[in-house]
Amino acid sequence: MKPTNIGAHDYFHKVVDCQWACPAHTPVPEYIRLIAAGRYSDAYMINWRSNVFPGILGRVCDRPCEPACRRGRVDKEPVAICRLKRVCADLKDDIQDRLPRAPEKKNGKRVACVGAGPASLTVARDLASIGYQVTVFDCGASPGGMMRSQIPKFRLPDSVIDEECGYIVNLGVEVHYNHWVTSLRDVLAEGWDAVFVGTGAPRGRDADIPGRKEAAAQIHIGIDWLANVAFGHTTTISKRVIVLGGGNTAMDCCRSARRMGGDDVKVIVRSGFEEMKASPWEKEEAIHEGIPIINMRVPKEFQHDNGKLTGVLFEIVRAEYDAKGRRSLIPTGEPDELHECDEVLVAIGQENAFPWIEKDIGLEFDKWEMPLLNEKTLQSTLPKVFFGGDAALGPKNIITAAAQGHEAAISMDLFCRGKDLQIRPPPMTNLVSQKMGIHEWSYDNQVSEEERKKVPVKALEKTLKDIKLELELGFDPFMACAEAERCLNCDIETVFTVKTCIECDACVDICPTECITFTSNGEEDDLRGRLKAPAKILDQALYVSDVLKTGRVMVKDENICLHCGMCAERCPTGAWDMQKFFLQCAEAGTEARRT
Amino acid sequence: MTYLAKPKLLRTDAPKNTLGYTRRDYEGAISTLCAGCGHDSISAAIVQACFDLDIEPHRVAKLSGIGCSSKTPDYFLGASHGFNTTHGRMPSVLTGAALANRDLTYMGISGDGDSASIGIGQFAHAMRRGVNMTYIVENNGVYGLTKGQFSATADKGSKNKRGVVNSDTPIDLVALALQLGASYVARSFSGDKEQLIPLIKGALRHRGPAFIDVISPCVTFNNHPGSTKSYDYVREHNDAVNRLDFILPRDQINATYPAGSLRRIVQHDGSILHLRKLATDYDPSDRVGAMNHLQERHALGEIVTGLLYVDSSAEDLHRHLNTVEKPLNQLGDAYLCPGSKALDALNASLR
Repeated sequence: MKPTNIGAHDYFHKVVDCQWACPAHTPVPEYIRLIAAGRYSDAYMINWRSNVFPGILGRVCDRPCEPACRRGRVDKEPVAICRLKRVCADLKDDIQDRLPRAPEKKNGKRVACVGAGPASLTVARDLASIGYQVTVFDCGASPGGMMRSQIPKFRLPDSVIDEECGYIVNLGVEVHYNHWVTSLRDVLAEGWDAVFVGTGAPRGRDADIPGRKEAAAQIHIGIDWLANVAFGHTTTISKRVIVLGGGNTAMDCCRSARRMGGDDVKVIVRSGFEEMKASPWEKEEAIHEGIPIINMRVPKEFQHDNGKLTGVLFEIVRAEYDAKGRRSLIPTGEPDELHECDEVLVAIGQENAFPWIEKDIGLEFDKWEMPLLNEKTLQSTLPKVFFGGDAALGPKNIITAAAQGHEAAISMDLFCRGKDLQIRPPPMTNLVSQKMGIHEWSYDNQVSEEERKKVPVKALEKTLKDIKLELELGFDPFMACAEAERCLNCDIETVFTVKTCIECDACVDICPTECITFTSNGEEDDLRGRLKAPAKILDQALYVSDVLKTGRVMVKDENICLHCGMCAERCPTGAWDMQKFFLQCAEAGTEARRT
Repeated sequence: MTYLAKPKLLRTDAPKNTLGYTRRDYEGAISTLCAGCGHDSISAAIVQACFDLDIEPHRVAKLSGIGCSSKTPDYFLGASHGFNTTHGRMPSVLTGAALANRDLTYMGISGDGDSASIGIGQFAHAMRRGVNMTYIVENNGVYGLTKGQFSATADKGSKNKRGVVNSDTPIDLVALALQLGASYVARSFSGDKEQLIPLIKGALRHRGPAFIDVISPCVTFNNHPGSTKSYDYVREHNDAVNRLDFILPRDQINATYPAGSLRRIVQHDGSILHLRKLATDYDPSDRVGAMNHLQERHALGEIVTGLLYVDSSAEDLHRHLNTVEKPLNQLGDAYLCPGSKALDALNASLR
């Protein structure tokens, strides 16, 4: 293999698994260390810069970082990154004076954002703070979009949404609430320099099976029902409720129903338990609240008595996979199963809907009726119009919406300044030695052997009675510190210098996970098998040095490195050093590198 | 020196031997030697060898004297018996222990000061008596603990860190061991574990005195251009006579060797030594030839390594003295004190 180019910013970035997995590339280990040090406000600001809504995401993020966490590969469970984020939001001081202020003198460009959800607000923040005049239009009475209408209050209280959306609105963003945008043509006619569409995926998919029309009064579309609950239009539900669907919306539906009077709430899903789209922890929480999840049942018919729903009939299936791994659900032949109920919540997916975008204004759609976009720049075929969030590339999650908001803001800024959208500003990166003295590092290199901390919750009897009562209490400072110490500091990179290595093997002997090997070079497949600990996880890189004096190379499997710094402590010549890699994504207004 | 304990977290697929132990279970306390010390590599090689041989740690006794090398038994086999003797007296204490309990595996760890200076008399007699042990000398050519004076194995003409030339003739412990009757004699280099680990395995499974001289650079005092025991010098002048593959009777032999290049030696317990010849006319069963080869190459400035001599049918001290089979601590009162009748019978037989 060729020597690894550690100068390329994505090599060390990829070693920081959590940051790499985060769509907004939040510098996770950096803020976790600050939490351990009790510097909550500093930790909050690092989050705020990258993901805009730390308090919200600390409660409801889809946390792609946690399955990626290295701790999960060398220990039982990953670091509770998401809930640590909540800690810095909960325990911070007043940070208002640290927030950027919109320049007094505007740059003369006017930008419109349609929708006041996470994507739009991210665009608004990024552009308003560099002098754009930003106007947001939203149909709701307050900002937050789907974060406010879809997520039950017992998971995300309004106060958190108010605070974090408020930081953005206070940047001088003009917001028109209760304003339905009915025509993009009309918007464009108002002469904006750029328009951002962040209208989410507002249409819930329906279950089109016999009995749907007749029993319509007791069958609700999940996301619409959740919105009605959020805004207080719906306050009760029948005793027996069936939730159809296996995603996170289904979990929110069943847990809300449980709090509104549903005694017998069940989730019934087509797929198996493992394949359900809901995050594992959301399934766990539903089960914790006494909600059974019944799998491998395809709804066949809504049964009713003269329009009054009596139950749902299900066909029992099993999953079969073809050679390509595609799944098909095959009826098992068992008799259909009837589940009696009084009301049904349908949460089987969300779709985009753009009835307000005219088909003849030059904005093209694909065959799935999604806008044709450049995936990198998020620009539509109408150069002035940009998309982000669920409206852009289909429904995902809040953190993706924020990440796309940042990208769209960069594109809109480049567009407004007449620059090439393809030449993106690079991230800011830094790599600095952490050596403070002999065996002294500026990070705590002792590896914690504690188990993952569980977030304390309020008593179930209490929370099931009050839908607005937040279930989780969040970590206290001591638990937060213990959990933060579990972080392996993957951003403190092991950097190897060929010319000072004397090949004494000290690093090989001390490494607790045996991830360093000195051997003759070879092709990657061959080399992976020849290491002291064979490197089986192929998407984890091998760090290969240039040729050493003996003709061998140093090969390090990044997969299971604990970043404990033992190799650097045992190295007599300082050929190993622990250096902190810091990467912060570019924001709108950053200049592209001149080449 | 690292003051933090090694993290307990292991890779999830860490291999286990037939006893169910991982390699980490054969480690000891964290080393307090200088970073990069060759001795730590030797400790790691011992850990690997014991892991591979499925040795029960509590059936090993590791003995040492005084010095950097003699500190190392603390850094491997943390669950084994250990004895730090006075300076240079390890061979005698080991001899006594071996006589008392022949069921343990004995490992003597020593250095060039401990074995070639103050303890040379002890060393010589343990070899000639044929004590069943693995005797490892971690040989760096300097007195590291007292700031780098030449030791008795430092080559004539080599320089110390300050540039002073050594005018004394060196003691070659390998040559001594050959002459004094060690039945398994090898030399290796701490920076070459591929060579060292099989040599340790073969020694642990050898019956009789097995001696391994391991050149182990002192990074602090003897790893400079004028040294003949530095990483660079040893790598440049390493003249290996053979490469050993150690094979347990249960192992499948997968390697293929070109015809005529292999010497196969079966030890008393059925373990097999496969010696891949590197010096074509070298015969590891010829003691006199070995001594000659050693002297010739040394005169050329080369460091001969490999398994230099092995006698797989060697006898040991117990056989010579016709000692009792059982360890002494397992002999009951009736056996140790057979009574007046037995005494009378013995007396009668001598009248």
